[in-house]
Order: sequence, then structure tokens, then C-alpha cells
Amino acid sequence: MPILEGQGVTKYFGGLAAVSNVDFHVDQGEILGLIGPNGAGKTTLFNLISGALPLSSGEIRFKDQKLNGLKPHQICRMGIARTFQETKVFPNMPVSQNVLVGAFFGNPNRVSAADAAGEASQALELVGLSAVSTAPVKDLTLVSQKRVEVARALATKPELLLLDELMAGLNPAEVSAAMELVTRIRDKGITIIMVEHVMKAIMGISARVMVLHHGEKLADGTCNEIACNRKVIEVYLGEETHAGS
Amino acid sequence: MNITRLFATHRKSLLVGFLILLIAFVLTFPLYGGAYPTRVLIVMLMYTVLAVSWTMFSGTTGYMSLAPAAFFGTGIYSTALLQHYLPFPVIIVIAGLISFVLAFLLGLVTLRLKGIYFTIFSFGLVVFIGNTINYVEAEIFGRHGWYFEALDRTTLLYTMLGLAVVTVLAAYFISRSRLGLAMRSIGGNEEAAEHMGVNTTRIKVLTFAISAIFMGAAGVVVAPSLSYSNSGIAFSVTYSFIPIVAAVLGGMGQLHGPIIGALVFGFLEKTLKATLLTYFMLGFGIIMVVVILFLPNGLIGLVPILRDKLGGVIQKLRKGGQAEQHADT
Repeated sequence: MPILEGQGVTKYFGGLAAVSNVDFHVDQGEILGLIGPNGAGKTTLFNLISGALPLSSGEIRFKDQKLNGLKPHQICRMGIARTFQETKVFPNMPVSQNVLVGAFFGNPNRVSAADAAGEASQALELVGLSAVSTAPVKDLTLVSQKRVEVARALATKPELLLLDELMAGLNPAEVSAAMELVTRIRDKGITIIMVEHVMKAIMGISARVMVLHHGEKLADGTCNEIACNRKVIEVYLGEETHAGS
Repeated sequence: MNITRLFATHRKSLLVGFLILLIAFVLTFPLYGGAYPTRVLIVMLMYTVLAVSWTMFSGTTGYMSLAPAAFFGTGIYSTALLQHYLPFPVIIVIAGLISFVLAFLLGLVTLRLKGIYFTIFSFGLVVFIGNTINYVEAEIFGRHGWYFEALDRTTLLYTMLGLAVVTVLAAYFISRSRLGLAMRSIGGNEEAAEHMGVNTTRIKVLTFAISAIFMGAAGVVVAPSLSYSNSGIAFSVTYSFIPIVAAVLGGMGQLHGPIIGALVFGFLEKTLKATLLTYFMLGFGIIMVVVILFLPNGLIGLVPILRDKLGGVIQKLRKGGQAEQHADT
């Protein structure tokens, strides 16, 4: 059953169609990979889902409720949380307070201080940052800051999590750790859409992949289907070079 | 006891002790202070109210407001219009409420603006309100300013002290509440805060309006000691800049920064003006430049520096003493 559905999703920036007439769906409990060349409209699609940008036309439905016209904070409280491609942490606040913001305000009901603290420490433990919870976020490495964003998003108790290039700039060992983290989050019953350029990660953990190119949906299918898709290879994955050719 | 350790472990009690001493000093001041020093003290406390309430909103959210004079002037005008009809404490409450409503409405319009646009708009408001009142007064009512009934200076001093204490307590409790957390997240990254479920518009408008309550109330309490005021005096843009200067001087990071900054600025302004007259700005300008250059965290930034220096010196002295003892035995 789809938890999120988009129909004819379109966003114009002036005359440029950043996202053009894209139909998509995400099933409950799956990991959907979102790939495509730079400028394909992946982050714009995230911004449309999370309410950071208004749709030019089309509609997005979350659990059969229309998201059009809702503010980001309302969408967050409905159960959609996200991270950002360029990390957007609260730099001068300690790690724990960054996560507390999500725990306090991301919930549709009023959360008691004790519950929020519990929620925050659980989220920090899941991403492996319990040890640095009192440090100001600006003192952390980029990898850890990205994890703070994940913990902050998890503290809002989302049903759907949008991860925007969680693995960009990570070394292979860190990529493996991040893949494991994403799988663990999925195992908690949270549906995930991840934008990623690290093919190993996308192919390794996502059930389905959607490819965007120039704002249009190029393909949509299982990892194997996508990896063999002629058009996808041409615009994004690139031709495999055969020895001797 | 080592002074570095004392500062680290008893930081809170030291601050509370400092504030209690300050309050005790103000409470006993009328016993030995003269008329002019009492007025200076009232101004120092008024600056404290302005600086703390300004930092409450602008220091945490990063929205630099130049609107304090609008609310301060509202307070002065509330006194001018109501002094013959209502008791003084009631006027304070009413002016606080009017300022709250005014700031709430202004906030709804202006807080959608970001950065320098909000700042300039808030500045324009002060000029606009002042000029509108000036026009209405002069052209429609044919009036030029207002006289205030004098009030006993001890009463004024104690009232201003009470207001300052309430403002500081409000700032303290707000900073520890979820409202404070939300404000800090807006100051940290507004877009991220919005995506974490913070209703940023509501939080900004609400806290902007709360901070205006104290500015309006300060206007009421200071009015009787002005004896005369008009729209130019009441809505003088100086009152918009004083809280910022005081907050920068003292340091915005913590609650006691603006308090110390306001007290020092108020004292310097009044005493330097009395001795240097028009050269006051020159003298104060130099002080300000030195503070910004060498103490980016304001005067409270001195504490850790002094602590490290003094702690080192004291430890050296003690070690020296011990060494001598050893030599004796």
C-alpha cells in the first residue's frame, strides 16, 4: 500500500521546469532510492514533499491526505521528516538540544519534557552519538553533523523519512556504517526515500529506484531493472568499459 | 579554595549572589544616594529592562529589531494620556498590554521579512509612528507635548527595580522553556526549525510581542522623571539603539551579559555626559571600539580571561608559599 503518492507533480522556477509532471509512489516500509544527474530535480522533489516549496501543479498525498498548501511544520507533524543536502543543524546548540527540538515540536500532541528527553536519547543512541550529546554541533565533523540531522528527524517520530545525500563525502567505511544505519531505521518500520549518488549504497539497500533527468521521471523499478535500463545508463550510470573494446 | 574551581563549580550561586547584592544595593540606595545619583540609577535600570527584553527576542532568534523605541514611546504616551485617570501601576499593565498587541500586529506583517529587511522595516516603524503622532497632535489637537505629574523618586526607583527583576526572571524562564528552545532553533537555522515542526511564524510573533511588554512598561515608569515629553522625545530612535549597544557591550550570549552591559552603559553615559558634555560620544565610542576589538563576547568575556589569569597567579603564590614552608622545615 502506498504511504506517499504524487500525481503530475510539477514545479517551475520561472520558465524552467525543475520537476515536470512526475508520478510516483512509495510503499509502506520500503526504501526508495532517488537518483539522477545533478540538477535533475531530486532535492526539489524533496522540497515539494516537505512543503519547503509550493507545487506549481499536481498533487502529493500522504496516507490519503493532500499535502498541497501545508506548511513544513504541519507536514512534519503529520509524520514526514527530512534531512538536508547541505547540513542545516543548529550550530551553537548542543547535540542533545538539536534533537530535542525535533522531539518537542515534531509531534502533533504536546510532549512532556521527560518523554522528549527519552525520545532524544533513543534517537541519539540509534545514530551512535550518545557520547557527544553535550558538545555543540558546530564542533562535530560533517559525518557526525549528518547523523545529528538523522537523529533530529527520527525524534519527530516520522513514518516517512527523506534522506538527502546522507552519504556524500563519506569514505567507504563510513558509507557501510551509514547503509547499516538506514537499514536499521527501515527495520523500525519507517519508510525511507533516499537521494544518493553513491551507487553501491543505493543498489545495496533500496528495494526500488526512481531515476529523474531534467525534472522528468526517466525510469522506476527494481535495482536490477534500473541497472540494465538503456536510457539510465546513457544519462547517468555511464557505459561499462569492456576490456579490449 | 582555588578561584578557577570556585568559578566553575559555583557559577550559578555566584551569579545569583551578584544579582541579590545588586538588588540590595538599589533598595538601600535612597538612604544615602542623592537626587541626581538616584536618577542615574533609574536610567541604568531602565536600560537593563530594554537590553534584556531586546536580547530575549533579537539575541536568540537573530532577528535584529530596531523597534524598541516604538514600544518605549507607547509607554510614555500611555502615561501622558492616562495619568489623570488611572493609578500608576494600572497604567504600567495597560501600556504593557498595548505594546504586546501593537508588537503582535507588527510582527504578523514584518516577521515574514528576513535579515536586513526586517531590521530596516522595524526602524521605519519607529519613525512612522513618531511622525504620525506628531502630525495628529499638532495638526488636529494643536498640542505640543505633555507634562507629567512628578512622582516620588524612591517610588520610581523601586518600581523600575521591580520591573527589571520581572524582566530578568521572564527572560530566564523563557530561555529555559520550550519557547526558548524554539527561538534558539530559529536563530540556529530557521528552515531546519520549520522542518522539525516548529511553527516559526507563531513563535517569532509571540516572542516579539512578549519582549515588547517590558519595553512599553519601561516607558511608563520613566515618564514621570522626564517631566516633559513630546513625540520626538518619546519615539527617539536612540531608545532603539541603546539596547543593542548595551547588549553588545555586555555580551549577548548569556542572560547576565545585557544586564551588565546596560548598567555599565547607563552609568558611563550619565557620568561621562556630566563631565565631558558633548565629547561624551567620543569617549564612549573609544570604549565601544576597544570592547568590540578585544572582547568579542562583550564585558562578560572578561570573566574567563581574568579567571585564567588570576587563577594562575594565585596558584603560583600558593606554590611559592608552600615552597617557602618546605624550605623552613
